[in-house]
Amino acid sequence: MASGVDHAIQPPPAMIEQATAVADWVLVWPVALPLIGAAALLMFRRQTAFQAPLAFMVLFALLVNAWILVDRVASDGPIAMTMGKWVPPFGISFTADLLSALLSGVAILVSIIVLAYAQGEVEPRDTRYGYHPLLLLLLAGVNGAFLTADIFNLYVWFEVMLIASFGLFILGGRKTQLDGAVKYGFINFLATTFFLIGIAYIYGLTGTLNMADIALRAGEIEFGPRITVTIIFVIAFAIKAAAFPLNSWLAASYHTPNASVSALFAGLLTKVGVYALIRILYVLLPATWSQTETLIAVIAGVTLVVAPLGAIAETNLRRALGFILVGGIGAMLAGLALSDPILNLPRGIFGATFYAIHSMLTMTALYLVAGLVERNTGELDTRRMGGIYETNSWLSILFLVLILAISGLPPFLGFWPKLVLIQAGVESTQYWLVAALLINAFLTTIAGSRLWAHIFWRSGHEGTGSETLNDRLHPLAGKAVSWGLVPVTVLTAIIFALGLYPAPLFDLGQGAAVDIITPDRYIDAVGLSPAEGGAP
Amino acid sequence: MEFALATLVGLFVATAVYLLLSRSMIRMLLGVAILGNAVNLLIFTVGRLTREVPPIVPPGESAPLEAVANPLPQALILTAIVIGFSMFAYLLVLAFRSYEELNADNTDTMRLAEPEDSPRPPLSY
Repeated sequence: MASGVDHAIQPPPAMIEQATAVADWVLVWPVALPLIGAAALLMFRRQTAFQAPLAFMVLFALLVNAWILVDRVASDGPIAMTMGKWVPPFGISFTADLLSALLSGVAILVSIIVLAYAQGEVEPRDTRYGYHPLLLLLLAGVNGAFLTADIFNLYVWFEVMLIASFGLFILGGRKTQLDGAVKYGFINFLATTFFLIGIAYIYGLTGTLNMADIALRAGEIEFGPRITVTIIFVIAFAIKAAAFPLNSWLAASYHTPNASVSALFAGLLTKVGVYALIRILYVLLPATWSQTETLIAVIAGVTLVVAPLGAIAETNLRRALGFILVGGIGAMLAGLALSDPILNLPRGIFGATFYAIHSMLTMTALYLVAGLVERNTGELDTRRMGGIYETNSWLSILFLVLILAISGLPPFLGFWPKLVLIQAGVESTQYWLVAALLINAFLTTIAGSRLWAHIFWRSGHEGTGSETLNDRLHPLAGKAVSWGLVPVTVLTAIIFALGLYPAPLFDLGQGAAVDIITPDRYIDAVGLSPAEGGAP
Repeated sequence: MEFALATLVGLFVATAVYLLLSRSMIRMLLGVAILGNAVNLLIFTVGRLTREVPPIVPPGESAPLEAVANPLPQALILTAIVIGFSMFAYLLVLAFRSYEELNADNTDTMRLAEPEDSPRPPLSY
């Protein structure tokens, strides 16, 4: 760092002296506000009546903030601020480009729906044990991971997210939850440790932790160390995102916590892994792309085909949904593989962004509907569900819409990102990945419609005659409707509306992809420029 | 010095991976603890080792006058220690609770969430 040359005659190293403009605080509110809210809720954890209203207030404020942030980033380009008066690249920078801002906004929207649903599900005891503060902490971690431009800080937000998710995971304390938490806990600890090893190496190689600065200097790293670091990051985030050879923890654990918690995890956590993979492979280490491309493509292709097969074979409803979720991760990774930072092909990243938004909304809604189905039937196993169409036809319509959306059938939301991905595949002439995407859509349709047929269409249990009605259904009433069916209906309506009118998402997704492929504006926003070469 | 520390890190990681591959939860926990320490040492080593000169800027100066120890790895390690410790504490309690509730220290016998003889998928439709 310090070389001992005449520092005395130089002006002192500039610190940022002026205060950050209030308008720029939109960048830190997505992290600061849930942290403050969680602290307040934790202090008043015995006042259970106070918990939900405050959490709702925080989340709605965040939603307004996210709207402003996305609008501003979409019109003015990425914005950044650096903490503690330090000049970048020394301080911790927060930077929002369109990808970060969009994903953070969708994460907040999903959290609101999940919080509303949780009011009908979470028991007073779990409220006292901190359901609401943990949810806000989880959101703070997710938003922090999306918005930070410092790679060690990204690790910290991953851990915030992870520890909050540990807490949410075991609320309720059922035996299966403990079992799932053991697998979830150990493997996720291992993933973040791999991530930390990668950070240590990249710090040793470039001498910086600022992502924009690393992006400028990564080209100077020798080939051997660079590919090593890249592979360590790929392993870490492939575990986080649950991509194929490293996906079994998800199917082993995501079905065990409360439905609202598993919906939140399905919506948010795996996407953070995909986001980090996009950020690191495209912005930080694009020089290694020609080596990693094939690896990512193979992972994506296998994930796409294998995951929905698991969903077809599974009889536990939420486990089957877990496999469908993993299939979606395959589609996002296919988007990564179909773009190219060197040849400047942004369409794959566009598809991946679009798919991530779609998957966050639709998978959350599917898990929430699954929670309602479980409450309606009192069963976890699809073989003993059946006949809900008779008692609750609205639920069956919601499930059908969501299944068609996740399989990617027009005119529902899932069709558009798949269309973009397939266009990207044709553009970059990787036809086997296009085939994998289409096979995935086909198998997901089979898996989903089988679930629908078994749960809703068939009148009774497996093995009974078709005229025998399922007599063990508990019709949803009271809180299960007002704080169960209504939030899910709202979310499904949003998904349906976006499916019919996807133009805004097309514009935003395209903008996000362009900034990822050519991150000059991102680096510039942080306060570094390619000409100066970053830090002295 | 770097070589010795790098060897030590390698040894730690190897031990941790060996322990994590075990089916016994207690061994896995030990693996978690050792892996955390291995990574902390790794961060320390990659920050370049300098002896005995604390990074203090003399009064009236704006930068240290001679080569000093790199303070950043220490900040990173401190953060990583805190996080690793909380993670370890959680996993420890989790292991104890699952030992109580599931009566299993062996992850192979912990099959409540994923039943071993999982049912075959229904053949209708």
